[in-house]
Amino acid sequence: MSILQLSFYAFSVVLVFAATMVVTIRNPVKSALFLVLAFFSAACIWITLQAEFLAIVLVLVYVGAVMVLFLFVVMMLDIDLARLQAGFTRYLPLGSLVAVLLVIEIALVLYGSFGADKFHNPPLQGAQYSNSKALGVQLYTQYVYAFEIAAFILLVAIIAAIALTMRKRPDTKHNTPGEQVQVRRADRLRIVPMKPEKPAGSEGAES
Amino acid sequence: MIHEYYLSLTGWIPGPLQYFIWTMMKIVLIIGPLMLCVAYFTFAERKVIGYMQTRVGPNRVGPKGWLQPIADALKLMMKEVIIPNKSNRYLFLIAPVLSLAPALAAWAVIPFTDTLVLADIDASLLYVLALTSMGVYGVIVAGWASNSKYAFLGAMRSAAQIVAYEIAMGFALVGVLMVAGSLNLREIVLHQSGGFWEWYWLPLLPLFVVYFISGVAETNRAPFDVAEGESEIVAGFHVEYSGMGFAVFFLAEYANMILIAALTVLMFLGGWLPPVELAPFTWLPGLFWFGAKTAAVAFLFLWFRATFPRYRYDQIMRLGWKVLIPVTLVWIVVIGIGKFYTPFSFFFG
Repeated sequence: MSILQLSFYAFSVVLVFAATMVVTIRNPVKSALFLVLAFFSAACIWITLQAEFLAIVLVLVYVGAVMVLFLFVVMMLDIDLARLQAGFTRYLPLGSLVAVLLVIEIALVLYGSFGADKFHNPPLQGAQYSNSKALGVQLYTQYVYAFEIAAFILLVAIIAAIALTMRKRPDTKHNTPGEQVQVRRADRLRIVPMKPEKPAGSEGAES
Repeated sequence: MIHEYYLSLTGWIPGPLQYFIWTMMKIVLIIGPLMLCVAYFTFAERKVIGYMQTRVGPNRVGPKGWLQPIADALKLMMKEVIIPNKSNRYLFLIAPVLSLAPALAAWAVIPFTDTLVLADIDASLLYVLALTSMGVYGVIVAGWASNSKYAFLGAMRSAAQIVAYEIAMGFALVGVLMVAGSLNLREIVLHQSGGFWEWYWLPLLPLFVVYFISGVAETNRAPFDVAEGESEIVAGFHVEYSGMGFAVFFLAEYANMILIAALTVLMFLGGWLPPVELAPFTWLPGLFWFGAKTAAVAFLFLWFRATFPRYRYDQIMRLGWKVLIPVTLVWIVVIGIGKFYTPFSFFFG
């Protein structure tokens, strides 16, 4: 067995293990962390396929940004496990029906069209091959319209999300940094000339 | 030459294992000096800030205090590692590792000179960006696993901050790769050759500033150190850590600072290239120039800490989202125009 095969199996074992843990573990934070591990192992497998751009972007986007935000939210949630598990038997029949349907659908798709003999290995590229460059050329020439449309859909989604959540709340303390910076002493401070409380010369006697 | 001697010495070992040991030796040769630099960087910090505040800093252990970092390391190793009762044991123990490992792994692609690089991979710029973005997990996991309010507050602040500044950092790197036309750090440096006016700090000045500010924010250093915020949340995410666990977080923070300094040097300050391609400057080896520039940039981290008061949390978010990101977006368009309109192309090479 070559090093490449060895690393493929090692990462695959970790990937399958992590993916199983994501759905079986009870604690949602640990589940999210196992999802991070699964992403990372998948990225490692892509590296063995010489798809280093995809692998690094998977780590950069999903591990570095998306899952951080996800963990951020999951950690803030107050999840009551007992209440979540209360309806288990009630939803079991419907849930198992959906599960069976899913398994049948996947089997129908995969049966007869999937297997090691159906797909031959992609040819190994030389040391000069640059996956990032190849992907870039494809994206910006052949698939440029699809790429741009996808980008616009994402932009619309961002604007929609902001528009939906943006609302004025009267009870929040909001301050304008520009005004804060421009504050001068005269705006906040008033110096009042005042006569001393005690007549001059009486300090010595007290101390 | 050394490689050939090694091959003749270990000819009896099977090929892959031989290669493995050789690579391991190279890794040790990078990590060893790096750890030494980290140790003496903590010493430099205490000395520099000391003198900036008209103190002398540590001067008791060894001559002029030079053995202070060794003493600190020994002390931390001797201390008991306390695991809080209600903490999540495994995550609590794995968090320091998660924070140190990316900080060290990123050094694999850093070219110290033209030839001195462990892995000269094609997309090394992206690799570094991906690994530095993973450092946040150490902080988040530590904050959550500690099961402590202060630690959790620190982790939440750090997560929001790193996600915000990572975008600005990524856009700054987009500018670099547009001008250099390569994702490989070695080629990016070679593209800057010719003298200090050819380095990217000049055509990419806004991105240089944005990158360095984001770098300071990503390493949770003053003035962006709300994740630790001594005066508000004691020590933030690592408040429950003691002994070696604390030391590993400390190591990670300083290794990250040196990494950001090295990356700034590679992308904007010409890496190992001498400032002027003339006789007295070119006599010195590239490693010297790389080290000297990195040390100069790393000094800025210490200077910042002694100078600036801590940002308020909403100010940090405002600076990241409303100032730095728009600046990078505008400058990327400027580079794009500059590269394709011939009157400006001398500037953006």
